[in-house]
Amino acid sequence: MVEEEGFRRYVAHIILWIGIAIVAFPVYIAIIASTQDNALIANGQMSLLPGGHFFETYYQTIFVGTSGSTREPVGNMMLNSLVMALLIAVGKIAISIISAYAIVYFRFPLRMPIFWIIFITLMLPVEVRIYPTYKIVADLHMLDSYAGLALPLIASATATLLFRQFFMTVPDELLEASRIDGAGPLRFFWDTLLPLSRTNMAALFVILFILGWNQYLWPLLITTRDDMQTIQVGIRKMITTTDALTEWPIVMATAVLAMLPPVFVVVVMQKLFVRGLVETEK
Amino acid sequence: MQKQAIFQSKLLPYALVAPQLAIVLIFFYWPALQAVIQSFLLQDAFGLSTTFVWFDNYVELFRDPAYFESILRTFFFSFAIAVSSLSFALLLAVMADKPLRGSTLYRTLLIWPYAVAPPVVGVLWIFMLHPSLGVISRYLRAAGIDWNPLLDGDQAAALIILAAAWKQISYNFLFFLAGLQAIPKSVLEAAAIDGARPMRRFWTVTFPLLSPTIFFLLVVNIVYAFFDTFGIIDTMTRGGPGKSTETLVYKVYSDGLLGGNLGSSAAQSVILMIMVIVLTGIQFRFVERKVTY
Repeated sequence: MVEEEGFRRYVAHIILWIGIAIVAFPVYIAIIASTQDNALIANGQMSLLPGGHFFETYYQTIFVGTSGSTREPVGNMMLNSLVMALLIAVGKIAISIISAYAIVYFRFPLRMPIFWIIFITLMLPVEVRIYPTYKIVADLHMLDSYAGLALPLIASATATLLFRQFFMTVPDELLEASRIDGAGPLRFFWDTLLPLSRTNMAALFVILFILGWNQYLWPLLITTRDDMQTIQVGIRKMITTTDALTEWPIVMATAVLAMLPPVFVVVVMQKLFVRGLVETEK
Repeated sequence: MQKQAIFQSKLLPYALVAPQLAIVLIFFYWPALQAVIQSFLLQDAFGLSTTFVWFDNYVELFRDPAYFESILRTFFFSFAIAVSSLSFALLLAVMADKPLRGSTLYRTLLIWPYAVAPPVVGVLWIFMLHPSLGVISRYLRAAGIDWNPLLDGDQAAALIILAAAWKQISYNFLFFLAGLQAIPKSVLEAAAIDGARPMRRFWTVTFPLLSPTIFFLLVVNIVYAFFDTFGIIDTMTRGGPGKSTETLVYKVYSDGLLGGNLGSSAAQSVILMIMVIVLTGIQFRFVERKVTY
Protein backbone atom coordinates (compact mmCIF):
# COMPACT_ATOMS: atom_id res chain seq x y z
CA MET A 1 0.00 0.00 0.00
CA VAL A 2 1.30 3.41 -0.92
CA GLU A 3 1.69 5.52 2.20
CA GLU A 4 -0.84 8.30 2.49
CA GLU A 5 0.25 10.75 5.16
CA GLY A 6 -2.33 12.34 7.42
CA PHE A 7 -1.79 15.81 6.03
CA ARG A 8 -2.47 14.76 2.43
CA ARG A 9 -5.62 12.99 3.45
CA TYR A 10 -6.76 16.11 5.18
CA VAL A 11 -6.18 18.12 2.01
CA ALA A 12 -8.11 15.54 -0.02
CA HIS A 13 -11.12 15.85 2.29
CA ILE A 14 -11.05 19.63 1.98
CA ILE A 15 -10.77 19.61 -1.81
CA LEU A 16 -13.65 17.15 -2.07
CA TRP A 17 -15.87 19.25 0.14
CA ILE A 18 -15.04 22.35 -1.89
CA GLY A 19 -15.96 20.40 -5.02
CA ILE A 20 -19.24 19.29 -3.48
CA ALA A 21 -20.00 22.87 -2.45
CA ILE A 22 -19.36 24.15 -5.97
CA VAL A 23 -21.51 21.42 -7.44
CA ALA A 24 -24.33 21.98 -4.96
CA PHE A 25 -24.31 25.77 -4.75
CA PRO A 26 -26.56 26.57 -7.75
CA VAL A 27 -29.14 24.11 -6.51
CA TYR A 28 -28.96 25.44 -2.97
CA ILE A 29 -29.67 28.92 -4.31
CA ALA A 30 -32.63 27.60 -6.30
CA ILE A 31 -34.14 25.92 -3.26
CA ILE A 32 -33.63 29.04 -1.14
CA ALA A 33 -35.09 31.31 -3.81
CA SER A 34 -38.16 29.14 -4.09
CA THR A 35 -39.01 29.88 -0.45
CA GLN A 36 -38.65 33.65 -0.65
CA ASP A 37 -40.71 36.64 -1.58
CA ASN A 38 -40.58 37.67 -5.24
CA ALA A 39 -40.28 41.42 -4.53
CA LEU A 40 -37.20 40.82 -2.42
CA ILE A 41 -35.56 38.73 -5.14
CA ALA A 42 -36.43 41.19 -7.88
CA ASN A 43 -34.71 43.95 -5.91
CA GLY A 44 -31.55 41.90 -5.72
CA GLN A 45 -32.04 41.57 -1.95
CA MET A 46 -32.28 37.83 -1.85
CA SER A 47 -31.16 36.29 1.40
CA LEU A 48 -28.98 33.18 1.47
CA LEU A 49 -31.18 31.61 4.13
CA PRO A 50 -34.58 29.96 3.63
CA GLY A 51 -37.62 32.23 3.61
CA GLY A 52 -41.15 31.54 4.79
CA HIS A 53 -42.97 31.02 1.50
CA PHE A 54 -42.24 27.35 0.94
CA PHE A 55 -45.77 25.90 1.02
CA GLU A 56 -47.37 28.86 -0.70
CA THR A 57 -44.90 28.84 -3.60
CA TYR A 58 -44.94 25.11 -4.16
CA TYR A 59 -48.72 24.96 -3.92
CA GLN A 60 -49.08 27.68 -6.52
CA THR A 61 -46.40 26.18 -8.75
CA ILE A 62 -47.82 22.67 -8.80
CA PHE A 63 -51.54 23.42 -8.91
CA VAL A 64 -51.91 26.88 -10.44
CA GLY A 65 -48.80 27.96 -12.31
CA THR A 66 -47.51 31.46 -12.88
CA SER A 67 -49.87 34.43 -12.65
CA GLY A 68 -49.51 35.17 -16.37
CA SER A 69 -52.33 34.75 -18.85
CA THR A 70 -50.96 31.47 -20.22
CA ARG A 71 -50.69 29.86 -16.83
CA GLU A 72 -50.26 26.14 -16.72
CA PRO A 73 -49.95 24.12 -13.50
CA VAL A 74 -46.49 22.60 -13.23
CA GLY A 75 -48.08 19.43 -11.92
CA ASN A 76 -49.56 18.91 -15.34
CA MET A 77 -46.20 19.56 -17.02
CA MET A 78 -44.62 16.96 -14.76
CA LEU A 79 -47.25 14.47 -15.79
CA ASN A 80 -46.45 15.12 -19.46
CA SER A 81 -42.74 14.72 -18.78
CA LEU A 82 -43.36 11.52 -16.87
CA VAL A 83 -45.47 9.99 -19.65
CA MET A 84 -42.89 10.98 -22.26
CA ALA A 85 -39.96 9.67 -20.20
CA LEU A 86 -41.67 6.35 -19.52
CA LEU A 87 -42.73 5.92 -23.15
CA ILE A 88 -39.20 6.65 -24.34
CA ALA A 89 -37.50 4.38 -21.78
CA VAL A 90 -39.89 1.45 -22.09
CA GLY A 91 -40.25 1.88 -25.85
CA LYS A 92 -36.51 1.93 -26.48
CA ILE A 93 -35.92 -1.15 -24.36
CA ALA A 94 -38.83 -3.06 -25.90
CA ILE A 95 -38.03 -2.47 -29.56
CA SER A 96 -34.28 -2.83 -29.02
CA ILE A 97 -34.43 -6.10 -27.16
CA ILE A 98 -36.58 -7.78 -29.80
CA SER A 99 -34.45 -6.55 -32.68
CA ALA A 100 -31.30 -7.69 -30.89
CA TYR A 101 -32.96 -11.08 -30.34
CA ALA A 102 -33.73 -11.39 -34.04
CA ILE A 103 -30.21 -10.39 -35.05
CA VAL A 104 -28.47 -12.78 -32.64
CA TYR A 105 -30.74 -15.84 -32.68
CA PHE A 106 -31.84 -16.01 -36.31
CA ARG A 107 -30.18 -16.17 -39.70
CA PHE A 108 -32.17 -14.36 -42.32
CA PRO A 109 -31.48 -12.46 -45.52
CA LEU A 110 -30.59 -8.80 -44.88
CA ARG A 111 -29.68 -9.55 -41.27
CA MET A 112 -26.42 -7.61 -41.33
CA PRO A 113 -27.71 -4.71 -43.47
CA ILE A 114 -30.55 -4.27 -40.98
CA PHE A 115 -28.07 -4.30 -38.12
CA TRP A 116 -26.03 -1.58 -39.82
CA ILE A 117 -29.12 0.48 -40.61
CA ILE A 118 -29.93 0.53 -36.90
CA PHE A 119 -26.30 1.10 -35.94
CA ILE A 120 -25.81 4.14 -38.18
CA THR A 121 -28.64 6.04 -36.44
CA LEU A 122 -26.02 6.75 -33.75
CA MET A 123 -24.75 9.34 -36.17
CA LEU A 124 -28.10 11.00 -36.75
CA PRO A 125 -29.03 12.75 -33.48
CA VAL A 126 -32.21 14.78 -33.57
CA GLU A 127 -30.21 18.02 -33.69
CA VAL A 128 -28.99 17.35 -37.22
CA ARG A 129 -32.40 16.61 -38.67
CA ILE A 130 -34.57 19.02 -36.72
CA TYR A 131 -36.89 20.52 -39.30
CA PRO A 132 -37.35 17.58 -41.69
CA THR A 133 -38.31 15.39 -38.72
CA TYR A 134 -40.66 18.07 -37.51
CA LYS A 135 -42.31 18.12 -40.93
CA ILE A 136 -42.87 14.36 -40.94
CA VAL A 137 -44.40 14.42 -37.48
CA ALA A 138 -46.63 17.30 -38.59
CA ASP A 139 -47.65 15.39 -41.73
CA LEU A 140 -48.54 12.39 -39.58
CA HIS A 141 -50.72 14.68 -37.40
CA MET A 142 -48.70 13.86 -34.32
CA LEU A 143 -47.92 17.40 -33.13
CA ASP A 144 -49.09 17.98 -29.56
CA SER A 145 -49.43 14.29 -28.81
CA TYR A 146 -47.59 11.79 -26.64
CA ALA A 147 -46.92 9.70 -29.73
CA GLY A 148 -45.25 12.66 -31.39
CA LEU A 149 -43.18 13.35 -28.28
CA ALA A 150 -41.93 9.80 -27.89
CA LEU A 151 -42.04 7.84 -31.17
CA PRO A 152 -39.34 9.70 -33.10
CA LEU A 153 -36.93 9.22 -30.19
CA ILE A 154 -37.67 5.57 -29.53
CA ALA A 155 -35.13 3.94 -31.84
CA SER A 156 -31.93 3.07 -30.03
CA ALA A 157 -28.73 1.83 -31.58
CA THR A 158 -27.05 1.87 -28.17
CA ALA A 159 -29.65 -0.34 -26.51
CA THR A 160 -29.70 -2.72 -29.48
CA LEU A 161 -25.91 -3.05 -29.36
CA LEU A 162 -26.00 -3.60 -25.63
CA PHE A 163 -28.56 -6.42 -25.81
CA ARG A 164 -26.78 -7.94 -28.78
CA GLN A 165 -23.54 -8.03 -26.78
CA PHE A 166 -25.30 -9.54 -23.81
CA PHE A 167 -27.08 -12.22 -25.86
CA MET A 168 -23.76 -13.25 -27.38
CA THR A 169 -22.54 -14.15 -23.90
CA VAL A 170 -25.57 -16.30 -23.08
CA PRO A 171 -24.43 -19.96 -23.26
CA ASP A 172 -25.80 -21.96 -26.21
CA GLU A 173 -26.70 -24.79 -23.85
CA LEU A 174 -29.63 -22.79 -22.54
CA LEU A 175 -31.19 -22.74 -25.98
CA GLU A 176 -30.52 -26.46 -26.51
CA ALA A 177 -32.08 -27.23 -23.16
CA SER A 178 -35.22 -25.26 -23.76
CA ARG A 179 -35.51 -26.74 -27.24
CA ILE A 180 -35.43 -30.23 -25.72
CA ASP A 181 -38.24 -29.04 -23.48
CA GLY A 182 -40.13 -28.29 -26.66
CA ALA A 183 -39.98 -24.49 -26.39
CA GLY A 184 -40.23 -22.40 -29.55
CA PRO A 185 -38.39 -19.12 -30.18
CA LEU A 186 -40.98 -16.95 -28.42
CA ARG A 187 -41.16 -19.20 -25.38
CA PHE A 188 -37.35 -19.24 -25.11
CA PHE A 189 -37.27 -15.45 -25.35
CA TRP A 190 -39.97 -14.96 -22.75
CA ASP A 191 -39.02 -17.68 -20.26
CA THR A 192 -35.24 -17.73 -20.50
CA LEU A 193 -33.74 -14.69 -22.16
CA LEU A 194 -35.95 -12.00 -20.67
CA PRO A 195 -35.39 -13.04 -17.02
CA LEU A 196 -31.64 -13.20 -17.69
CA SER A 197 -31.68 -9.67 -19.11
CA ARG A 198 -33.37 -8.18 -16.08
CA THR A 199 -30.34 -6.36 -14.65
CA ASN A 200 -29.35 -5.01 -18.04
CA MET A 201 -32.87 -3.79 -18.63
CA ALA A 202 -33.01 -2.10 -15.23
CA ALA A 203 -29.66 -0.35 -15.71
CA LEU A 204 -30.72 0.79 -19.16
CA PHE A 205 -34.07 1.92 -17.86
CA VAL A 206 -32.46 4.22 -15.29
CA ILE A 207 -30.33 5.94 -17.93
CA LEU A 208 -33.11 6.14 -20.51
CA PHE A 209 -35.60 7.50 -18.02
CA ILE A 210 -33.24 10.36 -17.16
CA LEU A 211 -32.58 10.91 -20.85
CA GLY A 212 -36.30 10.97 -21.61
CA TRP A 213 -37.23 13.24 -18.72
CA ASN A 214 -34.51 15.72 -19.74
CA GLN A 215 -35.48 15.96 -23.41
CA TYR A 216 -35.70 19.58 -24.48
CA LEU A 217 -35.23 20.46 -28.13
CA TRP A 218 -37.73 17.96 -29.47
CA PRO A 219 -40.64 18.79 -27.13
CA LEU A 220 -39.89 22.47 -27.65
CA LEU A 221 -40.51 22.05 -31.37
CA ILE A 222 -43.54 19.84 -31.46
CA THR A 223 -45.65 21.09 -28.56
CA THR A 224 -47.64 24.21 -29.23
CA ARG A 225 -50.50 23.67 -26.80
CA ASP A 226 -49.74 24.71 -23.23
CA ASP A 227 -51.36 21.61 -21.77
CA MET A 228 -48.96 19.37 -23.71
CA GLN A 229 -45.85 21.18 -22.47
CA THR A 230 -43.18 19.22 -20.65
CA ILE A 231 -41.59 20.75 -17.57
CA GLN A 232 -38.29 21.51 -19.35
CA VAL A 233 -40.11 23.52 -21.99
CA GLY A 234 -42.45 25.11 -19.46
CA ILE A 235 -39.64 26.50 -17.37
CA ARG A 236 -38.11 28.22 -20.37
CA LYS A 237 -41.39 29.92 -21.18
CA MET A 238 -41.64 31.25 -17.63
CA ILE A 239 -38.57 33.43 -18.09
CA THR A 240 -39.46 34.68 -21.56
CA THR A 241 -41.56 37.55 -20.30
CA THR A 242 -39.70 40.76 -19.55
CA ASP A 243 -37.41 40.32 -16.59
CA ALA A 244 -39.40 42.50 -14.25
CA LEU A 245 -42.40 40.22 -14.61
CA THR A 246 -40.59 36.94 -14.10
CA GLU A 247 -41.85 35.26 -10.94
CA TRP A 248 -38.54 33.90 -9.76
CA PRO A 249 -39.73 31.89 -6.75
CA ILE A 250 -42.06 29.96 -9.06
CA VAL A 251 -39.35 29.54 -11.69
CA MET A 252 -36.98 28.20 -9.05
CA ALA A 253 -39.62 25.91 -7.56
CA THR A 254 -40.19 24.56 -11.08
CA ALA A 255 -36.44 24.04 -11.50
CA VAL A 256 -36.37 22.09 -8.24
CA LEU A 257 -39.37 20.00 -9.30
CA ALA A 258 -37.75 19.37 -12.69
CA MET A 259 -34.60 18.05 -11.01
CA LEU A 260 -36.30 15.97 -8.38
CA PRO A 261 -37.29 12.80 -10.27
CA PRO A 262 -34.03 12.23 -12.21
CA VAL A 263 -31.80 13.16 -9.26
CA PHE A 264 -33.82 10.84 -7.04
CA VAL A 265 -33.30 8.03 -9.54
CA VAL A 266 -29.53 8.64 -9.64
CA VAL A 267 -29.13 8.74 -5.88
CA VAL A 268 -31.43 5.86 -4.99
CA MET A 269 -30.47 3.53 -7.83
CA GLN A 270 -26.83 4.51 -7.93
CA LYS A 271 -25.48 1.06 -8.70
CA LEU A 272 -27.80 0.56 -11.65
CA PHE A 273 -27.17 4.10 -12.80
CA VAL A 274 -23.39 3.72 -12.85
CA ARG A 275 -23.68 0.36 -14.53
CA GLY A 276 -26.05 1.71 -17.15
CA LEU A 277 -23.86 4.72 -17.83
CA VAL A 278 -20.72 2.65 -18.29
CA GLU A 279 -22.48 -0.01 -20.35
CA THR A 280 -24.13 2.43 -22.75
CA GLU A 281 -20.82 4.16 -23.42
CA LYS A 282 -19.04 1.00 -24.46
CA MET B 1 -18.84 -13.44 -34.06
CA GLN B 2 -21.90 -15.61 -34.56
CA LYS B 3 -24.02 -17.83 -32.41
CA GLN B 4 -24.00 -21.53 -33.20
CA ALA B 5 -27.35 -22.37 -31.66
CA ILE B 6 -30.07 -20.54 -33.53
CA PHE B 7 -33.73 -20.82 -34.40
CA GLN B 8 -35.18 -21.49 -37.82
CA SER B 9 -37.97 -19.22 -38.88
CA LYS B 10 -38.72 -17.33 -42.06
CA LEU B 11 -41.02 -14.58 -40.88
CA LEU B 12 -40.47 -14.17 -37.14
CA PRO B 13 -37.10 -12.34 -37.31
CA TYR B 14 -38.57 -9.78 -39.68
CA ALA B 15 -41.51 -9.23 -37.37
CA LEU B 16 -39.08 -8.71 -34.49
CA VAL B 17 -36.97 -6.08 -36.23
CA ALA B 18 -39.96 -4.41 -37.91
CA PRO B 19 -40.85 -1.89 -35.15
CA GLN B 20 -37.33 -0.55 -34.79
CA LEU B 21 -36.77 -0.58 -38.53
CA ALA B 22 -40.00 1.33 -39.16
CA ILE B 23 -39.11 4.06 -36.67
CA VAL B 24 -35.57 4.32 -37.92
CA LEU B 25 -36.62 4.63 -41.54
CA ILE B 26 -39.49 7.06 -40.95
CA PHE B 27 -37.96 9.33 -38.32
CA PHE B 28 -34.22 9.04 -38.98
CA TYR B 29 -33.38 8.16 -42.56
CA TRP B 30 -36.24 9.89 -44.32
CA PRO B 31 -35.65 13.27 -42.61
CA ALA B 32 -31.88 12.95 -43.06
CA LEU B 33 -32.43 12.26 -46.75
CA GLN B 34 -34.78 15.23 -46.95
CA ALA B 35 -32.09 17.44 -45.42
CA VAL B 36 -29.54 16.25 -47.97
CA ILE B 37 -31.92 16.81 -50.91
CA GLN B 38 -33.08 20.16 -49.55
CA SER B 39 -29.48 21.35 -49.24
CA PHE B 40 -29.11 21.17 -53.03
CA LEU B 41 -32.30 23.09 -53.74
CA LEU B 42 -33.20 26.74 -53.74
CA GLN B 43 -36.73 27.82 -52.97
CA ASP B 44 -38.15 31.10 -54.22
CA ALA B 45 -39.43 33.69 -51.78
CA PHE B 46 -42.99 32.36 -51.80
CA GLY B 47 -42.06 28.72 -51.62
CA LEU B 48 -43.80 28.08 -54.93
CA SER B 49 -40.95 26.74 -56.99
CA THR B 50 -37.63 25.10 -56.28
CA THR B 51 -34.57 24.79 -58.45
CA PHE B 52 -31.62 22.48 -58.23
CA VAL B 53 -28.57 24.59 -57.46
CA TRP B 54 -25.77 22.05 -56.85
CA PHE B 55 -23.51 23.26 -54.03
CA ASP B 56 -24.66 26.88 -54.07
CA ASN B 57 -26.14 26.67 -50.57
CA TYR B 58 -22.85 25.35 -49.21
CA VAL B 59 -20.77 27.90 -51.05
CA GLU B 60 -22.97 30.69 -49.77
CA LEU B 61 -22.74 29.30 -46.26
CA PHE B 62 -18.96 29.27 -46.25
CA ARG B 63 -18.84 32.77 -47.72
CA ASP B 64 -20.98 33.97 -44.81
CA PRO B 65 -18.68 35.30 -42.10
CA ALA B 66 -21.41 34.68 -39.51
CA TYR B 67 -21.31 30.95 -40.23
CA PHE B 68 -17.57 30.86 -40.06
CA GLU B 69 -17.64 32.65 -36.73
CA SER B 70 -20.22 30.19 -35.47
CA ILE B 71 -17.91 27.27 -36.35
CA LEU B 72 -14.99 28.89 -34.56
CA ARG B 73 -17.20 29.71 -31.58
CA THR B 74 -18.48 26.15 -31.34
CA PHE B 75 -14.96 24.76 -31.35
CA PHE B 76 -13.82 27.32 -28.80
CA PHE B 77 -16.78 26.50 -26.52
CA SER B 78 -16.11 22.77 -26.87
CA PHE B 79 -12.47 23.21 -26.03
CA ALA B 80 -13.10 25.50 -23.06
CA ILE B 81 -15.90 23.33 -21.66
CA ALA B 82 -13.93 20.11 -22.08
CA VAL B 83 -10.69 21.42 -20.58
CA SER B 84 -12.23 23.16 -17.58
CA SER B 85 -14.64 20.36 -16.75
CA LEU B 86 -12.10 17.58 -17.29
CA SER B 87 -9.39 19.17 -15.17
CA PHE B 88 -11.69 19.92 -12.27
CA ALA B 89 -13.24 16.45 -12.43
CA LEU B 90 -9.81 14.83 -12.58
CA LEU B 91 -8.70 16.71 -9.48
CA LEU B 92 -11.79 15.53 -7.60
CA ALA B 93 -11.45 11.96 -8.87
CA VAL B 94 -7.81 11.74 -7.79
CA MET B 95 -8.84 12.91 -4.33
CA ALA B 96 -11.81 10.53 -4.15
CA ASP B 97 -9.62 7.63 -5.28
CA LYS B 98 -7.60 7.85 -2.06
CA PRO B 99 -8.58 5.48 0.72
CA LEU B 100 -10.67 8.02 2.59
CA ARG B 101 -13.43 7.57 5.07
CA GLY B 102 -16.80 8.38 3.50
CA SER B 103 -15.66 7.91 -0.08
CA THR B 104 -19.02 6.47 -1.19
CA LEU B 105 -20.76 9.51 0.25
CA TYR B 106 -18.42 11.75 -1.71
CA ARG B 107 -19.23 9.89 -4.88
CA THR B 108 -22.97 10.24 -4.34
CA LEU B 109 -22.65 13.94 -3.61
CA LEU B 110 -20.65 14.51 -6.78
CA ILE B 111 -22.52 12.50 -9.40
CA TRP B 112 -26.11 13.72 -9.11
CA PRO B 113 -25.76 16.82 -11.36
CA TYR B 114 -25.63 14.37 -14.25
CA ALA B 115 -29.40 14.16 -13.87
CA VAL B 116 -30.06 17.90 -14.16
CA ALA B 117 -31.46 18.82 -17.58
CA PRO B 118 -29.58 21.41 -19.67
CA PRO B 119 -32.42 23.97 -19.68
CA VAL B 120 -32.60 23.74 -15.88
CA VAL B 121 -28.83 24.22 -15.68
CA GLY B 122 -29.32 27.36 -17.74
CA VAL B 123 -32.04 28.65 -15.43
CA LEU B 124 -29.97 27.97 -12.29
CA TRP B 125 -26.91 29.80 -13.60
CA ILE B 126 -28.65 32.78 -15.14
CA PHE B 127 -30.41 33.27 -11.82
CA MET B 128 -27.17 33.29 -9.85
CA LEU B 129 -25.42 35.55 -12.32
CA HIS B 130 -28.31 37.69 -13.46
CA PRO B 131 -27.09 41.29 -13.83
CA SER B 132 -29.73 42.86 -11.59
CA LEU B 133 -30.72 40.17 -9.10
CA GLY B 134 -28.06 37.44 -9.13
CA VAL B 135 -26.53 36.58 -5.77
CA ILE B 136 -23.05 36.28 -7.25
CA SER B 137 -23.38 39.38 -9.43
CA ARG B 138 -23.56 41.49 -6.31
CA TYR B 139 -20.07 40.45 -5.33
CA LEU B 140 -18.76 40.82 -8.86
CA ARG B 141 -20.04 44.35 -8.96
CA ALA B 142 -18.65 45.04 -5.49
CA ALA B 143 -15.30 43.84 -6.84
CA GLY B 144 -15.53 46.48 -9.54
CA ILE B 145 -16.46 44.25 -12.46
CA ASP B 146 -19.06 45.68 -14.81
CA TRP B 147 -20.99 42.42 -14.95
CA ASN B 148 -23.80 42.15 -17.47
CA PRO B 149 -23.90 38.96 -19.50
CA LEU B 150 -27.16 40.07 -21.10
CA LEU B 151 -25.33 42.90 -22.86
CA ASP B 152 -21.71 41.82 -22.95
CA GLY B 153 -21.00 39.01 -25.43
CA ASP B 154 -17.78 37.81 -23.82
CA GLN B 155 -19.39 37.59 -20.41
CA ALA B 156 -22.32 35.70 -21.91
CA ALA B 157 -19.91 33.23 -23.50
CA ALA B 158 -18.09 32.79 -20.18
CA LEU B 159 -21.40 32.14 -18.46
CA ILE B 160 -22.39 29.44 -20.99
CA ILE B 161 -19.00 27.75 -20.68
CA LEU B 162 -19.17 27.83 -16.88
CA ALA B 163 -22.68 26.39 -16.71
CA ALA B 164 -22.01 23.73 -19.33
CA ALA B 165 -18.76 22.68 -17.65
CA TRP B 166 -20.52 22.49 -14.27
CA LYS B 167 -23.06 20.02 -15.58
CA GLN B 168 -20.40 17.79 -17.09
CA ILE B 169 -18.25 17.51 -13.94
CA SER B 170 -20.19 14.56 -12.55
CA TYR B 171 -19.97 12.52 -15.73
CA ASN B 172 -16.23 13.12 -16.08
CA PHE B 173 -15.68 12.45 -12.39
CA LEU B 174 -17.40 9.08 -12.60
CA PHE B 175 -15.35 7.89 -15.57
CA PHE B 176 -12.08 9.24 -14.16
CA LEU B 177 -12.74 7.47 -10.88
CA ALA B 178 -13.39 4.20 -12.71
CA GLY B 179 -10.22 4.74 -14.74
CA LEU B 180 -8.16 5.43 -11.63
CA GLN B 181 -9.50 2.39 -9.83
CA ALA B 182 -8.51 0.24 -12.79
CA ILE B 183 -4.84 1.22 -12.45
CA PRO B 184 -3.02 -1.61 -10.67
CA LYS B 185 -1.84 -0.44 -7.27
CA SER B 186 1.39 -2.41 -7.70
CA VAL B 187 2.54 0.01 -10.42
CA LEU B 188 2.17 2.96 -8.08
CA GLU B 189 3.88 1.06 -5.28
CA ALA B 190 6.82 0.30 -7.54
CA ALA B 191 7.13 3.99 -8.37
CA ALA B 192 6.94 4.85 -4.68
CA ILE B 193 9.71 2.38 -3.88
CA ASP B 194 11.81 4.01 -6.60
CA GLY B 195 11.43 7.18 -4.58
CA ALA B 196 8.90 9.06 -6.72
CA ARG B 197 7.00 11.69 -4.73
CA PRO B 198 3.18 11.75 -5.04
CA MET B 199 3.09 14.60 -7.59
CA ARG B 200 5.72 12.90 -9.70
CA ARG B 201 3.92 9.57 -9.38
CA PHE B 202 0.80 11.23 -10.70
CA TRP B 203 2.42 12.81 -13.78
CA THR B 204 4.69 9.93 -14.72
CA VAL B 205 2.55 6.92 -13.85
CA THR B 206 -1.12 7.71 -13.26
CA PHE B 207 -1.60 10.31 -15.96
CA PRO B 208 -0.16 8.25 -18.84
CA LEU B 209 -2.11 5.18 -17.73
CA LEU B 210 -5.23 7.31 -17.66
CA SER B 211 -4.75 8.63 -21.18
CA PRO B 212 -7.29 6.28 -22.83
CA THR B 213 -9.93 7.55 -20.39
CA ILE B 214 -8.91 11.16 -21.00
CA PHE B 215 -9.13 10.72 -24.73
CA PHE B 216 -12.51 9.01 -24.51
CA LEU B 217 -13.86 11.76 -22.26
CA LEU B 218 -12.46 14.44 -24.53
CA VAL B 219 -14.53 13.11 -27.43
CA VAL B 220 -17.64 12.70 -25.27
CA ASN B 221 -17.25 16.24 -23.95
CA ILE B 222 -16.88 17.69 -27.41
CA VAL B 223 -20.03 15.90 -28.58
CA TYR B 224 -21.77 17.16 -25.45
CA ALA B 225 -20.62 20.74 -26.08
CA PHE B 226 -21.81 20.53 -29.68
CA PHE B 227 -25.29 19.21 -29.01
CA ASP B 228 -26.38 19.19 -25.38
CA THR B 229 -25.54 22.83 -24.74
CA PHE B 230 -28.58 23.78 -26.80
CA GLY B 231 -30.86 23.77 -23.74
CA ILE B 232 -28.38 25.80 -21.69
CA ILE B 233 -27.98 28.42 -24.40
CA ASP B 234 -31.68 28.61 -25.11
CA THR B 235 -32.64 29.35 -21.50
CA MET B 236 -29.71 31.67 -20.75
CA THR B 237 -28.92 33.81 -23.76
CA ARG B 238 -30.81 32.54 -26.85
CA GLY B 239 -27.63 32.85 -28.82
CA GLY B 240 -27.25 36.51 -27.85
CA PRO B 241 -26.32 39.19 -27.14
CA GLY B 242 -25.79 39.77 -30.83
CA LYS B 243 -24.68 36.34 -31.96
CA SER B 244 -22.03 35.90 -29.32
CA THR B 245 -23.31 32.56 -27.99
CA GLU B 246 -24.74 31.10 -31.19
CA THR B 247 -23.29 27.64 -31.71
CA LEU B 248 -23.78 25.57 -34.85
CA VAL B 249 -26.76 23.67 -33.47
CA TYR B 250 -28.33 26.83 -32.15
CA LYS B 251 -27.88 28.46 -35.54
CA VAL B 252 -29.65 25.61 -37.37
CA TYR B 253 -32.49 25.96 -34.91
CA SER B 254 -32.85 29.75 -35.01
CA ASP B 255 -32.29 30.08 -38.77
CA GLY B 256 -35.00 27.51 -39.41
CA LEU B 257 -37.30 29.02 -36.79
CA LEU B 258 -37.36 32.34 -38.55
CA GLY B 259 -38.62 30.30 -41.48
CA GLY B 260 -35.94 31.84 -43.61
CA ASN B 261 -33.61 30.01 -45.89
CA LEU B 262 -34.57 26.33 -45.99
CA GLY B 263 -31.71 25.39 -48.28
CA SER B 264 -29.14 27.01 -46.03
CA SER B 265 -30.62 25.42 -42.92
CA ALA B 266 -30.51 22.01 -44.64
CA ALA B 267 -26.91 22.54 -45.73
CA GLN B 268 -26.01 23.40 -42.12
CA SER B 269 -27.68 20.17 -40.97
CA VAL B 270 -25.69 18.14 -43.47
CA ILE B 271 -22.42 19.71 -42.30
CA LEU B 272 -23.35 18.87 -38.71
CA MET B 273 -24.09 15.29 -39.77
CA ILE B 274 -20.62 15.01 -41.25
CA MET B 275 -19.13 16.33 -38.01
CA VAL B 276 -21.05 13.76 -35.96
CA ILE B 277 -19.88 10.99 -38.28
CA VAL B 278 -16.27 12.06 -37.82
CA LEU B 279 -16.61 12.32 -34.03
CA THR B 280 -18.39 8.96 -33.74
CA GLY B 281 -15.74 7.41 -35.97
CA ILE B 282 -12.99 8.66 -33.66
CA GLN B 283 -14.89 7.38 -30.64
CA PHE B 284 -15.24 3.89 -32.11
CA ARG B 285 -11.63 3.64 -33.13
CA PHE B 286 -10.77 4.43 -29.57
CA VAL B 287 -13.16 1.84 -28.14
CA GLU B 288 -11.43 -0.83 -30.20
CA ARG B 289 -8.13 0.22 -28.72
CA LYS B 290 -9.52 0.19 -25.21
CA VAL B 291 -10.52 -3.46 -25.67
CA THR B 292 -7.04 -4.53 -26.71
CA TYR B 293 -5.42 -2.29 -24.12
